[in-house]
Amino acid sequence: MKNNTSILMGGVGGQGIVLASRLLAHVIQAHNHELKISEIHGMAQRGGSVITYVRFGREVFSPLIEPGQADYILAAEKLEAWRWLPYLRRGGTMVCSTQEIKPVPVITGKQEYPKTIMEKMQALAEEGTIGRLYAVNALEIAEKCGQPKAATVALIGVLARSLPFPCESYLAALKAIVPTRHLAANEKTFLAGYNYFTE
Amino acid sequence: MKRVLLSGNEAIARGAYEAGVRFAAAYPGTPSTEVLENIAAYKEIDAHWAINEKVALEEGIGASFAGARGLVAMKHVGLNVAADPLMTFSYTGVNGGVVIVVADDPGMHSSQNEQDSRQYARFAKVPLLEPADSQEAKDFVKIALEISEEYDTPVILRSSTRISHAQSLVALAEREEVSLRPYEKSTKRVMMPAFARPRHVKVEERLGLLGRYAEKAPVNRIEWRDRKTGVICAGICYQNVREALPDASVLKLGMCYPLPVQLIRDFAAGVDRLYVVEELDPFLEEQIKAAGIDICGKEIFPTVGEIHPNLIAEKITGRPLTAPLIAADPETPVPARPPVLCPGCPHRSVFYTLKREKMVVSGDIGCYTLGALSPLEAIDTCICMGASISAGLGFEKGNPEMRGKVVSVIGDSTFFHSGMTGLADVVYNGGSTLTVILDNRTTAMTGHQDNPGTGRTLKGEYTAAIEIAPLCRALGVKRVREVDPYDLKTLREAIREEAKAGEPSVIVSRRACVLLDKSDKGYYEINGEKCTACKACMVLGCPAITAGESGMTIDPSLCAGCGVCVQVCKFNAIKKAGGEDEK
Repeated sequence: MKNNTSILMGGVGGQGIVLASRLLAHVIQAHNHELKISEIHGMAQRGGSVITYVRFGREVFSPLIEPGQADYILAAEKLEAWRWLPYLRRGGTMVCSTQEIKPVPVITGKQEYPKTIMEKMQALAEEGTIGRLYAVNALEIAEKCGQPKAATVALIGVLARSLPFPCESYLAALKAIVPTRHLAANEKTFLAGYNYFTE
Repeated sequence: MKRVLLSGNEAIARGAYEAGVRFAAAYPGTPSTEVLENIAAYKEIDAHWAINEKVALEEGIGASFAGARGLVAMKHVGLNVAADPLMTFSYTGVNGGVVIVVADDPGMHSSQNEQDSRQYARFAKVPLLEPADSQEAKDFVKIALEISEEYDTPVILRSSTRISHAQSLVALAEREEVSLRPYEKSTKRVMMPAFARPRHVKVEERLGLLGRYAEKAPVNRIEWRDRKTGVICAGICYQNVREALPDASVLKLGMCYPLPVQLIRDFAAGVDRLYVVEELDPFLEEQIKAAGIDICGKEIFPTVGEIHPNLIAEKITGRPLTAPLIAADPETPVPARPPVLCPGCPHRSVFYTLKREKMVVSGDIGCYTLGALSPLEAIDTCICMGASISAGLGFEKGNPEMRGKVVSVIGDSTFFHSGMTGLADVVYNGGSTLTVILDNRTTAMTGHQDNPGTGRTLKGEYTAAIEIAPLCRALGVKRVREVDPYDLKTLREAIREEAKAGEPSVIVSRRACVLLDKSDKGYYEINGEKCTACKACMVLGCPAITAGESGMTIDPSLCAGCGVCVQVCKFNAIKKAGGEDEK
């Protein structure tokens, strides 16, 4: 029997991936699991890909997640979803923002932003390679809730539906981590994500 | 007891606090930076950013001699800078215990090389501990200090990116106050030949004693499971081995130098096949083989990069744990997302100008190393902290035809770290290179640490700020001028004039890091009627400017309002949003 759960979170520098992992860590800790988180800092701060691994359960050894191992991927940007998709296990869950942020090689015209990412992921979901695919316009949700910078929190809301923790644990984590002046908008954004596929 | 989630670096800081450390110093460097940032929160510890790692260690040595427990932290290449005091500190030994934290970067997530710093333990003949998670990172600081005082030696605590930047749960303890040891004058601290010779004898004796300690040290332990396969490992490799081979027997080393040879012999005798899994050099393997023990290591594992669980499983059992969900799709390739200079970065215009002037750019270590990437591609070299100025002088000495064509580019913090000596050498030895000091008022790359130019300390207290321009004049440079890098024309003229000056010259390009500058400068937009899509602005490599099918656009959410693009547009097509056309 599998001892643990692996969640890979990817995005672009500045999208709040590190905050997302802190939120999740708070929730997981509240439920007394073993927990390891691995982040890559440094040059990634300067608009590069940001990647965080969260692993929890009865026993966790390596903090790393390898290709084919992630039970869940949360991708705050579409190209990043495509970049990290090989890391998902067969039948795993992909929560992905439809937002596009062009990387410099695309901006300068050296490479093209792939146009068919969503279609390809849909096809993989239909054949069961991706177990569940949740594509979300997270930026729009967050804008409607008054805090466009909280888009990743909407994705956490979507992901939360699949994880074995109650909604209140996430709200408690938001309260503990998000500065008071941004709390209301973050809570609203989280709940909008949480209810996105159930309404 | 309730456990808290700490990164390896936070845990090391906590360990210093709990172990009664009184003094700590470091120079920032990924992945070690957060050790001192977290120590700074403890009022019981006098902690500061040192100007470089050598200075940090020497301060640690002084604090130790004065009787205090100390911690000094650095990234792997920082230990090269601090190697000189380390080698002789090994001879003098300590008074108060000293732990030297060094964080390696296998895989080079943010470093210029992936040297294996364990070699320094053997080189300096000092013990080395290697934690495998945050709990051990904290606990090993205390053990290191006890070993340091018991065996009269500095102790290296080796971390790596995956330990320093991984978080796991840690049980905390109270601080144990350790009183200052009395200071007594002794020739053991005066390392001139007559006094150093007997100390070397002590060092060799000490190694023997430490080897005996290692045999019974609780940080080295055998975990007997299935006896068919036995693996010797330490640090992050321990976690990866347990992940890959949950049933294998493991000899987990917490102390990687000197090795517990008898314990290794016992373990070897108890298993059918013996492996050593270690990233980078065959450091353990060579010592184990030298002891006459048959073991398999680098025959099957690389000496390059990280060693992850799948690779361990594949090499030892013949099959990886998992395989990629989908193969790379040649129809839908994934564009890279390299790090870039931020929108509004004050370095951008400097590299833009140097590229246009076709200068050979002797570069250095910092955010500005990104000036080497497309589309700026302005930097020719990047070696180590401070190398820009000295290598720049070497260019013109090696090939006199390059005189006047070479510019050395260095950041403010890097200049203080080890650029000043190079600049003095340019003056002393009749160089003519232009040095551009990118003074963005911070140590930006590692996350905005203070430095001797900022007027603030690690603890956030105000202090004297060293001004760069007068410092350069004091070093003998007669031609020193300050330029605002957002003023492209003045910058270009300054670079043209100073590069041709025929004598040492310095341009201080002075403008605060855009991430620290909170002033609202508005944003710019493209006038689609005037824009000819000539793409001149694209040469800046600003992430806010995009070439679309219907001409250029500026993303208002990214634009920092620096206005540099306005100055490169020949068609007056870029204007401030809500304002009049400029230029």
